Amino acid sequence: MTAREPAVARGPVTAATLVELRDAVVVRGARPVLTIDHLAIADGATLALVGPNGAGKSTLLLALASLIRLGRGAISFRGMPIGRGTELAYRRHIGLVLPDPLLLDTTVFANVAAGLRFRGVTSASARPRVTEWLERLGVAHLHDRPARQISSGEAQRVSLARALVLEPELLLLDEPFASVDAATRARLLDDLEGVLRETHVACVIVTHDLDEAVRLGDRMAVMVAGRIRQVDTPERVLASPFDEDVAAFVGAETRLAGRVVSSEEGVAVVDVGGSQVEAVSALPPGRAVLCCLRPEDVTLWSVDPGAVPTKVVSSARNQLTGRVSRMVGQGSLVRVSIDCGAPLVASITRASAADMGLAEGATVLATFKASAVHLIPLAG
Amino acid sequence: MIGSLADGVQQLLAGLGGADLVEITLLSLGVSGLATAISLLIGLPLGTWLALSRFRSRGLVLSVVNTGMALPPVVVGLFVAFLLWRSGPLGDLGLIYSPSAMVIAEVVIATPVILGLTVAALGQLDPRLRLQLMGLGASRWQTVWWLWREARLPLLAALMAGFGSVISEVGAAMMVGGNILHQTRVLTTAIVVEVGRGEFEKAVGLGIVLLALAFAVNGILTWAQQRGPGRQDASR
Repeated sequence: MTAREPAVARGPVTAATLVELRDAVVVRGARPVLTIDHLAIADGATLALVGPNGAGKSTLLLALASLIRLGRGAISFRGMPIGRGTELAYRRHIGLVLPDPLLLDTTVFANVAAGLRFRGVTSASARPRVTEWLERLGVAHLHDRPARQISSGEAQRVSLARALVLEPELLLLDEPFASVDAATRARLLDDLEGVLRETHVACVIVTHDLDEAVRLGDRMAVMVAGRIRQVDTPERVLASPFDEDVAAFVGAETRLAGRVVSSEEGVAVVDVGGSQVEAVSALPPGRAVLCCLRPEDVTLWSVDPGAVPTKVVSSARNQLTGRVSRMVGQGSLVRVSIDCGAPLVASITRASAADMGLAEGATVLATFKASAVHLIPLAG
Repeated sequence: MIGSLADGVQQLLAGLGGADLVEITLLSLGVSGLATAISLLIGLPLGTWLALSRFRSRGLVLSVVNTGMALPPVVVGLFVAFLLWRSGPLGDLGLIYSPSAMVIAEVVIATPVILGLTVAALGQLDPRLRLQLMGLGASRWQTVWWLWREARLPLLAALMAGFGSVISEVGAAMMVGGNILHQTRVLTTAIVVEVGRGEFEKAVGLGIVLLALAFAVNGILTWAQQRGPGRQDASR
């Protein structure tokens, strides 16, 4: 579990591989902006592509669509290499949705029919299919409206319908909900999840929203600086980030550098600047590590400053006392920074913060399980 | 002033001779229309290619095109006259002082205008639109067709500017056409002749016809431009 995972899934993929990218490099100017040793898209599964801005997510998506020239490397579809002469045929197996709807200046119907018309489908045979998908995405009433006159949420639904009506074998979505408000986004996400489940279409979705990625992705790929750092199930990426960049991106806000001082029965004790943190890990003593901890895995207890035994009855092996240094509200949650000798971040509901009478400067006991701490081995 | 204008129209209808006027007007329309059509056939594909491709000397080529948009017609006339002169490099074709020579000169004038404005028209489209079209399975031609359709308003403006640049042009038409009555005399050169003779009323009348012609042609193009998106499905 805590063993170092391979950075990139290599070798045979269990499900049939639909699209495969090998040794791909995209160069802009003289700088490589994308370097992919190997990426396989499994048939019928959804891969969520996440990472900070500028990580190369969109570039990778365009490369998968064969819409940018690879400086090196190759892309294959069902084992067939894609190149000059086969690009168009390949693109007719995919559906592409970009962050902006980019609707054509014509009716909603003609927009959704466009891809079918490109494939030589007559307007009359396209009509029932277009109507069906407009209905499934809840925009059938817009059928004859000029695309320029509909709202951005509606436009994004039309853009999704335009890709889905093609019944593609691979759906490529680049932040499809970037241009809509939060409420619309939530509804669109529900609809998309339903469509993906019903159609079993293979999908690659680029998003910077971790919740979206966890919800939609069978697998999740974290990109940093033009490279895929980790591919795994969302649960495993969140629980066991491969390196500090991935840990930071997936929300392990507490990251403490330390050294394993002892290791017994699968539990390592790590010294982090004087405090001791226990983690479920097989790493040997002497190893330099980074302790990663998600804020929602930390429980806070109010402490009476006068009381002597500051321990609570809990299965959590880690119990650290500290002072609240900062509190920041985030929606219904409060992000609490605690100085326990080492800086710790916890996330609790507003209600429990109020119950505890938590304020900056207060003394608290922070507890977390040894299994919540993920150790990343560091060099040296 | 009003008096001379009214006189001009009267003179035009009575004195100029209806047959000559119709002939001159039709030649103007024919030469400029043909030149604009040929310029469109050259400028639109070339402009599309320039707008959509990226190569090392693209900036230089665009600068040359934009300079061409401001090419003085007199210089073009001089250049074409030199080429077509009986003793010139293309003199054997015997085209000097013919409507063909005027069409050639006007194509040289209108092509950079249509070319440059086509590059601008397609350049203002969202660059990702092309990726979106290709990502929906559009072939190269289907992509170009839809990009033209999306940019149809500025493209029609390019066409209007091209036609406007040649219908109003006088220097090149004079130089390579020779302003020969019944052969190469067009509205603009006729105006020059009438003014030279001191026949201001006739000149004003011809001016009005020229304005009316330009207005009619641009009116039709503007109407086509401003028509809303068609209800019919026009994917092809």
